[in-house]
Amino acid sequence: MPTADVGFVGVAASLVLVAVAVVLSLRQGLGFERTLAWAALRAFVQLVAVGSALTLVLDDDAPVVYALLWVAGMVVVAAATVRARAPEVPGVFLVALLALGGAATASHLVLFGLGVFPFRPVAIVPLAGMLLGNSMASTVSAARRLVVELADHRLEVEARLALGQPGTVAARPYVRAALRTALTTQIESTKTVGLIALPGTMTGLILAGVDPVDAVLVQVIVMYLILGSTAVATAVVGIGVTRRLFTPDHRLVRLAREPG
Amino acid sequence: MSEAPLFELEDVGVEFGTGAAALDGVTVALPDRGITVLAGPSGSGKSTLLRLCNRLEVPTAGTVRFRGDDVATLDPLAHRRRVGMVFQRPSPFPGTVADNLRVACADADPSLFADALDRAGLGRAFLDRRADDLSGGEAQRMCLARTLVTDPEVLLMDEPTSALDPPTATALERRARMLADAGVPMIWVTHDLAQVERIADEVIVLVDGRVANEHERLHFLRGEAHAHDHGADGEIDGEIDGEIDGDEDGA
Repeated sequence: MPTADVGFVGVAASLVLVAVAVVLSLRQGLGFERTLAWAALRAFVQLVAVGSALTLVLDDDAPVVYALLWVAGMVVVAAATVRARAPEVPGVFLVALLALGGAATASHLVLFGLGVFPFRPVAIVPLAGMLLGNSMASTVSAARRLVVELADHRLEVEARLALGQPGTVAARPYVRAALRTALTTQIESTKTVGLIALPGTMTGLILAGVDPVDAVLVQVIVMYLILGSTAVATAVVGIGVTRRLFTPDHRLVRLAREPG
Repeated sequence: MSEAPLFELEDVGVEFGTGAAALDGVTVALPDRGITVLAGPSGSGKSTLLRLCNRLEVPTAGTVRFRGDDVATLDPLAHRRRVGMVFQRPSPFPGTVADNLRVACADADPSLFADALDRAGLGRAFLDRRADDLSGGEAQRMCLARTLVTDPEVLLMDEPTSALDPPTATALERRARMLADAGVPMIWVTHDLAQVERIADEVIVLVDGRVANEHERLHFLRGEAHAHDHGADGEIDGEIDGEIDGDEDGA
């Protein structure tokens, strides 16, 4: 295929650039030549492997279940990424798994159940990728922010607990603040969409020759999908992490950012 | 004549997972009347002991009893409303004083709020004031009023005057005395010896996470152990340990 030929030429050309960087590192004694070479090799192998697997998954003749399994794998990797980025949040992997899995399921049910897109691998996988990528960032932000809010307001939270409020009720004002912060970026970018930069889906479709109005409609659907799934994932994280931060007898656990 | 204790701790230990014990083998009975002061240097475990009483902390060893019942078997939320707590620093919630009192009891009769404010030494005119506009002393009395809204049987006071100037602190002490005399027994944590003199009906001294022996108790109450002051509750001071342990046979 011509595109594959162009691809390999491109890879070869970009390897020349990597080689230049390696030579530069060696000559200047910067010491990153091994890391650089390893990163380049690893990225190549990973992408070729993923690309080959995706070819199988996205093939029109492939069973849809392959695509669904692929999405499940994406959810697990996304939850693991959340845990890696928010290590101070107790039990965040399971909460993120539930939040992202729930958001992906709900979004796919709406999109494919209502026939917005055809229930085909070529639609399932990219849409899941877009929503998970965006939801993951908000999930990390919500989980970390929640720990910060509760640690900073421990005195007030404990004053509420001492008045006989359950943990989830005592935490509510601070959970609200954390979720608001986590969702702000997504809401702001939704409010200004198209005013500064044209969003990716729409740009891609226009470049591929689709009528701009049709491209806009698809973009709006994707945008709502991302906004909705991000809100769902963030809310689930808010509820799930809050439960993990209180003991069954309504005590606030010691939090990572607190002294002692 | 003996009466059932308000709180009874039996061989209680608390560890925070850092290896150091905040409390270690504490056995003590707190009387069901007046103001019992828990005194001792910083880091001696006073606040930890107080927090065990309303289950904001749980023991890693031993048993805490409230009027004969093991606290671990009581519903924590109901128990906390019976055993009110005022913290070291005022903790006003957003909104007005009335909003703050509503957190304690959302559907309370307005007269209950006015009564709670009166008992805490604030008038009902404060109801519409913004909580974050109050002075330190007013805010702490509002916190006391907020606690009183739940009609607690006992009050736990965790160094409630440490952030207040002396006249305001004395005013709060007077309020506490009135409440205690009106039948609300109180456990009051402090490391201020002058305050111990002013308010205590009973004094229990803690040192290094345990009840002080007679020698350590006198040492502290005479003001000779101030070198012991250091760090936050939960820390253990090895230097002073040596000094006191070495003297112990003289006790």
